[in-house]
Amino acid sequence: MMSADNVIEAQGLTKRYDGVAVVKAISFSVARGEIFGLLGPNGAGKTTTILMLLGLSDISEGQARVLGHDPVREPLAVKRRVGYLPDQVGFYDNLSAADNLRYTARLMGIDRDEREEKIAASLDHVGLHDVADHAVQTFSRGMRQRLGLAEILMKDAQIAILDEPTSGLDPQATAELLQIIRNLKTRNVSVLLSSHLLDRVQSICDRVALFNKGEIALLGTVGELGQQVLGIGYYVDLEAEGAGALEKIKSLPGVRSVEPAGPNHVRIYAERDVRSDAAAAVISAGGRLLRLSVETASLDLIYNRYFENAAGARHAA
Amino acid sequence: MQREGSALHGVGVVFLKELSDHFISIRMRVLEWIVVLVGVLAVFNAIQQVKETTAEDPFLFLKLFTTAREGLPFTFVSFLSILVPLIAIGMSFDSINGEHNRRTLSRILAQPIYRDALLFGKFLAGLFTLSVCFVALWLLVIGLGLYVLGLPPSSEELVRALIFLFVTIAYAGVWLALGMLFSIVFRSAATAVLVSLGLWLFLLIWPTFAPYLAIAASPSSDEETLILAAQYLQRLSPNILYGETVVAILNPTTRSLGPIYLSQLQGAVLGAPMPLGESMMIAWPQIVGLVAGTILLFVLGYVIFQRQEVRA
Repeated sequence: MMSADNVIEAQGLTKRYDGVAVVKAISFSVARGEIFGLLGPNGAGKTTTILMLLGLSDISEGQARVLGHDPVREPLAVKRRVGYLPDQVGFYDNLSAADNLRYTARLMGIDRDEREEKIAASLDHVGLHDVADHAVQTFSRGMRQRLGLAEILMKDAQIAILDEPTSGLDPQATAELLQIIRNLKTRNVSVLLSSHLLDRVQSICDRVALFNKGEIALLGTVGELGQQVLGIGYYVDLEAEGAGALEKIKSLPGVRSVEPAGPNHVRIYAERDVRSDAAAAVISAGGRLLRLSVETASLDLIYNRYFENAAGARHAA
Repeated sequence: MQREGSALHGVGVVFLKELSDHFISIRMRVLEWIVVLVGVLAVFNAIQQVKETTAEDPFLFLKLFTTAREGLPFTFVSFLSILVPLIAIGMSFDSINGEHNRRTLSRILAQPIYRDALLFGKFLAGLFTLSVCFVALWLLVIGLGLYVLGLPPSSEELVRALIFLFVTIAYAGVWLALGMLFSIVFRSAATAVLVSLGLWLFLLIWPTFAPYLAIAASPSSDEETLILAAQYLQRLSPNILYGETVVAILNPTTRSLGPIYLSQLQGAVLGAPMPLGESMMIAWPQIVGLVAGTILLFVLGYVIFQRQEVRA
């Protein structure tokens, strides 16, 4: 039975090719309005998982529910509500951006009356309105990715599945694309994205599943994973004037350590986001708060440390 | 396992898109020129011979398709038997692997359609495009024939010519399905076209080898059995099926497509034309063979495509 809050649920999902499992009994769920990251190196099984959820690849074992539908038995119901941006998305180069969208709009079954309006609105949303009539062969990789997102917007998809959306993009194009993905969330679209570039997508994911060799090695918020692997989930930078607050901060629940980082500047290592408690501690000690910011542990660091630990454990055994 | 919805939902959209692609493609421009050149050449190739030798022939019009100027080896029909496979393969060798290579396949199949719709839409659009070309070519030959001969075709000639048109489309269907099959099997378009052309060349020369194979494979030394065995083997080639059908339909005096026995000649008026129904009886197995070949190759491609992974 699928929870009403979840738009995707996978239970023991397994994919085998010629008897070899490439996805091994993974289980996870994506909540409504959540941005969920499937992260891990190339060949870890992320794309295969996505294709199974879309009904584009058979499920060897286990089951999946997408918006309450079985992708194997009801692939059309799933595909009507889910937008998909493949890795290195391709378009018909000889056609214009608008014509490419017209073709998929007809495949989606969008009425002729609202088709043009939707195409214009979605191209406008991703900043391609001015080049709507240009042939796609003149588009950069970033523009193609944005055109793929326009297709998802045109579909009014409840879930957007994005496979390596930032792969091969320059920093500016990446930033623009991530902003569009954030905007999807404001439209109440749930996002499942896969990437091997952990640092790039870390900032937009509510929760992540770290893949390794077809298995989910870690699952949770970045803070939770940092806590689980590094013992520290959050770095809070605090700049304040006035003495006396330091001891109060050190005694806050969840604070592991406090280290000086400059004049009137300390870095707090904590198991949780302690910004509000730290601010309150400064104020109650009669100090003046100058700056307060939080960072979560880097996914790269978490991932590398996890496998170092795992290798160490194997070695010791 | 029962799937929801119709497997053919979206066929029309794919069909129209593919048709539009075909009609604006460079291939179509080349095809149009081939149609015009072959039509004009075929008629002027045949016309002199027709005028000189068969002024009293009741099937004068059909001679336009089957007669060549003395010294020239190619009739209109033999032109077609070579051109049709090349054109059909040329239109289909990259139909599916092209989608893979452009990385459009997974995006298109992520829309609410089944793979069936994509495959059917592409095949039907290819066949329709070829049909449009052949109808144009057919009309060109008939029109030029009317102009040059100054005589209208009889109703039976017209029906026979229409059957010939249908058989040519079925023949194109075989090669179109073959090209599409290889475009599914091979991810590289170059490999698909090379293998398709290789097979076409092999089937072109296959009738030469078939008798030797029959002799080698048959335990019987009976000459009649060997001839029949060789003929059955030769008919594995669509070229042979097409050639035999065309002979039976366009040459009404054809009484048999295999060995003729003395018993069949008893009471027969040699050189007298057969009724259309009789000609159809003679050609029917070959026509069915061409249609069945198209379906078989398409189904084979369909099964492989359904089992293939979508990811590039």
